[in-house]
Amino acid sequence: MINPDSVGRTFDSADLVTVKQSEIDAFAGLIGEADTRVAPPTFSIRITLSQFESILTKPEIGVDWARLVHGDQKFEIYRPVIAGDIFKCSATIETLRVAAGNEIISVRSDLHNGSELVVSTWSTLVVRG
Amino acid sequence: MIEVGTILPTKVFYLDRGLLKAYADASGDHNPIHQSEEFALSVGLPNVIAHGMLTMALVGKFITDWAGGSANVKEFSARFIKPVIVPAGEKVDLTVTATVIEIDGVNIKLDCVATSAGVKVLGMAKAVVTQ
Repeated sequence: MINPDSVGRTFDSADLVTVKQSEIDAFAGLIGEADTRVAPPTFSIRITLSQFESILTKPEIGVDWARLVHGDQKFEIYRPVIAGDIFKCSATIETLRVAAGNEIISVRSDLHNGSELVVSTWSTLVVRG
Repeated sequence: MIEVGTILPTKVFYLDRGLLKAYADASGDHNPIHQSEEFALSVGLPNVIAHGMLTMALVGKFITDWAGGSANVKEFSARFIKPVIVPAGEKVDLTVTATVIEIDGVNIKLDCVATSAGVKVLGMAKAVVTQ
């Protein structure tokens, strides 16, 4: 079970993440996008999902990553992500509920470059019971 | 002329195991349900399935093309309601279209429909773009 005390808490990533042009090129290439001056709209999932994994699998939260499936996803993109962006990721566990034996967690994640909020994402993650 | 009710031309993408491997590398999501048939079957799936976020990335490409570039996509959301099943040695379709449902100044809201093998795979797939 996920620790219910984690609801409402915000966790900051331990490390800053620098976006590399080679990462944008690889992501764009596989969806057939030739213009890599800015990142494709869903590129930031590359950053937020790995941050979620390190945060949610902490012993005090207790998500079993192997049983996790992605329920839904939303992006609000305030400006496009570009190579050289240096992001701090803040993840907030907004809600936790149990339905049909599954735990359903909604996590908001904000990517800041310095003081500028660049992308907010909302992810619903389902831990299958 | 873009107005509420305008339907965007359908585009078909194709997914295969090679694309799933490439997406795993590009996204960092190496969950074996997207790579190993044996593992996928062991957790009750019918076969290897595509990453929901790969499906969403391809729909994102559809939206981006219509909007005139990635920089014009402001919001994008979707619910993963059914998996895209990718058997070995096959190319499976992801067929995408969208309808303009709202125009607010420069912002155009789209309702997207994505199917694979005739099955709707995304729910509530919406985007806000500027053109």
